[in-house]
Amino acid sequence: MTPPARAAEPAAPAAATGRRLPTGWLPYLLIAPAVLSLGLVLGWALLRNVLISFQEFGRRQLISRTTEWAGFDNYVEVLNNPRFWDTLVRTFVFMAVNVVLIMVLGTLIGLLLNRLGGKMRLTLSIALVMAWAMPIIPSTVLFSWIFHTQYGLMNWFMGVLGFTGFDQHNWFGTGTSTLAIATLLIVWMSIPFVALNLYAGLTTIGGEIYEAARMDGASAWRIFRSIILPIMKPFFLITTFLEIIWVFKAFAQVYALNGGGPSRASETLPVMAYIEGMGQQQFGAAAAISVLTLLILLGAMSYYFHLILKQEKEQQP
Amino acid sequence: MSQDTTAPGADGGSGSPEVTGPDGPSRSTAAGPTGAGAGGVVGRLAEVNIAGPHGAPPPSDPVRQTVAGIPRTPGGGPSPEPFRRRFQRIWPNAVALITAAIFIFPVYWMIASSLKQRGDILTRDPVFVFVPTLDNYSTAMGADLFWTYVRNSFVVTVCAVLLALLVALAAGFAIARMEFKGRRGMILVIMMAQMAPWEVLIIVMYLNARDLEMLNSLLALTIIYFVMALPFTLWTLRGFIAAVPKELEEAALIDGCSRTRAFFSVIFPLLAPGLMATSIFGFIMAWNEFAMVLVLNKAPEAKTLPVWLSSFQTAFGNDWGATMAASTLVTIPVLVLFLILQRRVTGGMAAGAVKG
Repeated sequence: MTPPARAAEPAAPAAATGRRLPTGWLPYLLIAPAVLSLGLVLGWALLRNVLISFQEFGRRQLISRTTEWAGFDNYVEVLNNPRFWDTLVRTFVFMAVNVVLIMVLGTLIGLLLNRLGGKMRLTLSIALVMAWAMPIIPSTVLFSWIFHTQYGLMNWFMGVLGFTGFDQHNWFGTGTSTLAIATLLIVWMSIPFVALNLYAGLTTIGGEIYEAARMDGASAWRIFRSIILPIMKPFFLITTFLEIIWVFKAFAQVYALNGGGPSRASETLPVMAYIEGMGQQQFGAAAAISVLTLLILLGAMSYYFHLILKQEKEQQP
Repeated sequence: MSQDTTAPGADGGSGSPEVTGPDGPSRSTAAGPTGAGAGGVVGRLAEVNIAGPHGAPPPSDPVRQTVAGIPRTPGGGPSPEPFRRRFQRIWPNAVALITAAIFIFPVYWMIASSLKQRGDILTRDPVFVFVPTLDNYSTAMGADLFWTYVRNSFVVTVCAVLLALLVALAAGFAIARMEFKGRRGMILVIMMAQMAPWEVLIIVMYLNARDLEMLNSLLALTIIYFVMALPFTLWTLRGFIAAVPKELEEAALIDGCSRTRAFFSVIFPLLAPGLMATSIFGFIMAWNEFAMVLVLNKAPEAKTLPVWLSSFQTAFGNDWGATMAASTLVTIPVLVLFLILQRRVTGGMAAGAVKG
């Protein structure tokens, strides 16, 4: 449609970035479906979540379809609820333990991949990809089978290792134990991402640099700290924040494992919002909890974007 | 950069006998016959070439270097390997083997359990050797509404992915190739939307769907999954479109193609890897999605496979063989796609097409 002559127009900045210049309605028409669907589904949900958090919204309002504004009542109620603070602390501890385990073990396995010979590396990669590919729900079902009270493999294995008292042990009997299994599950599922990406990054570091360091008598730890860590710093930072965000909002793993139980002792913030909303029909309070969760996530995310933008700036000359 | 890294190496050639690093000793002997100093570098390069054909970047691989270095020992006769060296060569492999076993074991256990007879499953001491049976699979497939769930999952997933591809192609083209007001803002919105915490929005999604009378509908799920997959799809396709040289498209335009024709006959074929990667990603995301279905579709016939599987106790009671068979069935499509994705996307077909 556009005559080729237009490209020769004296539009210096556009020519520099190497783009064609059909201004007018066409680009807007092309992005309209994407903008509209994002706005109507995601944008509206985010906005309405905030609106509902300022409303009295229970079973009665759900049925009568009326709107009753309540100011900060929901927030006051949630923030005065000791359960919320317990859950907040639990969520942070759960997230921290998961992220530390994922990053440390993932890094070790990534470094190991870098040291292995071809065959062994392929074997380990395949095993990692298998764990990575496992869908969430089949994995939670699988873990509840491995940790089954009566016939679970783990109780037998604990016996083999010589621990007593694990006969018919109920792993889902306490909140801590349930969350420990959720941790095991999430760490198992998340390590492959870190390890394989770290390995991919390590292959871009030339081998001479390690050699030189070894020649100078550097230990493995020193090589990691003084060579790998500085070079891969953006990777470590970005991945850590990705994992923080992912674990913090993890819902399916925790909920499907034990429904937040026993007696709500393994709830994390997203699970608590779900149970307050769908279980107790306290939609206003649930919205307030999810707004607070979103604010926490926003903090982590803004730092994540800061990292991404910084890295992009550094990559461009 | 390369200057900096080779310089200490050349110095190290003469001083290497003192080096206590894992492959220090072999290096010093390798450098021996060719002399000290600069000769050390030559010796090292030769080693690199020996190790090269095996693939992977050789210098970062101390194990293989040591192996490659051994035959070059001067003075003939392979001296008995000290224990420390043998240990250092073996331990990474041993640790890797154990790690691989840990990662693959749960998957193995799922498949093994799905193939066991009832008597081999419900035992206190696990049975490792057993006569396999497919009974569990027929139980799983014969479960109430199983095929409805399969259909629901496929319909929702495929429709969402196709919709996302279509919308993302249009918008991705505009962002990659056109200059318009609000372009930067759009890029920012897409990046943010990629991180959208959907799990935290399930309550409000329930209320929205209820107001629109779209509870228990596959359409609502399709729309949500489409929007979930859209940002990543858009972002990735934008990158692929931007990577197609403008000259290719211009050549087509000069030859008299319309813009639409130029897009479909020049750009589109080069997007194949991008289309594949994004559609596989979208498929896995939608196939695995759990929270939305849990909240929106409570009616049994409107559920999808993950939610059905999560309520396995109502479906199968204590029949863990059937439960594991169902888990395996849900896993298989994802596993297959994952393996394709790993192979294809890292291959970088686009690079070849453009450079060739």
